[in-house]
Amino acid sequence: MMSRQVYQRIGFAFLTLSTAVVVLPILLLVGYIVVQGAPAISWEFVTAMPRDGMRAGGLWPAIVGTLLLTLGTAVFAVPVGVAVAIYLAEYARDTLFTRLIRLAIINLAGVPSVVYGLFGLGLFVIFLRFGTSILAGSLTLAIMTLPVIISTAEEALRAVPQPFRIVNFSLGGTRWQAVRRVVLPQALPGILTGVILGLERAAGETAPILFTVAAFFLPRLPRSIFDQTMALPYHLFVISTQVPGMPVRIQYGTALVLLVFVLSMNVLAAITRSRFRRHRQW
Amino acid sequence: MAESPKFLLDRVSYTYEDGVQALCDISLCIYPREITAVFGPAGGGKSTLLRLLNRLNDLIPGRRLEGRVLLDGEDIYAPGVDVHALRRRVGMVFATPVPLPMSIRQNLTYGPELAGVRDRARLDELVERSLRAAALWDEVKDRLDEPATALSGGQQQRLCLARTLALEPEVILLDEPTSGLDPISTAKVEASLQALKQRYTIVIVPHSVQQAARVADHAVFMLQGGLVEEGPGGQLFTKPRDQRTEDYITGRFG
Repeated sequence: MMSRQVYQRIGFAFLTLSTAVVVLPILLLVGYIVVQGAPAISWEFVTAMPRDGMRAGGLWPAIVGTLLLTLGTAVFAVPVGVAVAIYLAEYARDTLFTRLIRLAIINLAGVPSVVYGLFGLGLFVIFLRFGTSILAGSLTLAIMTLPVIISTAEEALRAVPQPFRIVNFSLGGTRWQAVRRVVLPQALPGILTGVILGLERAAGETAPILFTVAAFFLPRLPRSIFDQTMALPYHLFVISTQVPGMPVRIQYGTALVLLVFVLSMNVLAAITRSRFRRHRQW
Repeated sequence: MAESPKFLLDRVSYTYEDGVQALCDISLCIYPREITAVFGPAGGGKSTLLRLLNRLNDLIPGRRLEGRVLLDGEDIYAPGVDVHALRRRVGMVFATPVPLPMSIRQNLTYGPELAGVRDRARLDELVERSLRAAALWDEVKDRLDEPATALSGGQQQRLCLARTLALEPEVILLDEPTSGLDPISTAKVEASLQALKQRYTIVIVPHSVQQAARVADHAVFMLQGGLVEEGPGGQLFTKPRDQRTEDYITGRFG
């Protein structure tokens, strides 16, 4: 009897320790960046143009660039991704064709982001003659984000109980009427969560924008979707490795801004999820 | 019985994809303005029969139907039949009440709106009339815009009945509509059905022999996909002709 309790204690201790091991690096990382970067944060740092070879001034064009790229990614990836998810979850039969589509989506999710960057360079920048532009960068990021949006949206749609659809049919509804009036509204919070998580990844990526949109140093705001722009992740890469004599304070300040940007999207996703649970009627 | 049948099943056999024959050579007339109760032990093909009448079985791939199912003399499986319009003519209530995740009012207007009814006054009228017919109006009239899931199980099932009535159907199919309900709710649903049969054709799969005996004007006993015996309720439950029917209603099996 005694030994069982001892085993249990050891087991619990192990589980607690594992959890701590997971949490610790995150706390350390965030803490370190906050401590190192906080001194750089000021109104000017967020809203001013960079000056003096980026060694002074602010991040404004990079922040605007990342916002625009995230928005552009959403414009392309959300409609297509949700449409594909609706097709797969509600219409597609289990055929060889749909299995191939699913396989493609899974594999797409595993492609390294730098490969997306190269692909975007070839297709959008060169072949379609978009040039290095917000358009090309958004499209590249959108393709990278699609698998995340499709899989989470499909899962959210499938989580809506089947009897709702059968009731819809029994009341003379078509499949599309079931999707539009019952399934989609119920799945919407789950879909939004996936969308935000996907966009969050897009906002923080460097490799896909490297060849397709990102400007090394461009102290003005873009005027059209065919302009280049600075972006936070690439800017961080540049000032960390490419510019000699860069104050560490600015590097970590930039990292902090990027981190806040991405984490606030995470919080948004968490809020959406919890609202979902509260309002769910099944 | 001078009236012509609402539904006429002409030598209907039905096979599922896995080769299981669910119905075998069923011929049956279902008359308007009475309650037809289809009863028998589980797995006898009752639900399959019911779902053939509004083509809800279309959703299952690989099925095979032989014979004809006529509604007012017309084959509902003929090519070109509008299956959505058919399901509005032949409404259905399921064993488990499934309120749609919306308000009580929206549950009731869902079907009519799909059919294109937009007029507010007309929808309000449908809501009140169908709720009254399902004996639910007095309990919910002050909270029509609350979520339908807030209702009790018995209320939910009457809501589902009302939702079907709001389609203004000609036929109402009920698949063990009281299986999850307490005796008082069951009595309310049965009382509603008695009132409704003046205007509708009602086909019910009752959840017990007792219920079948209580509600059936016409009773149909099914066993393993075949029709064993049918007849007026009073006669079938007191003087069954077939030994198997007698064995089942007296509780020797099932």
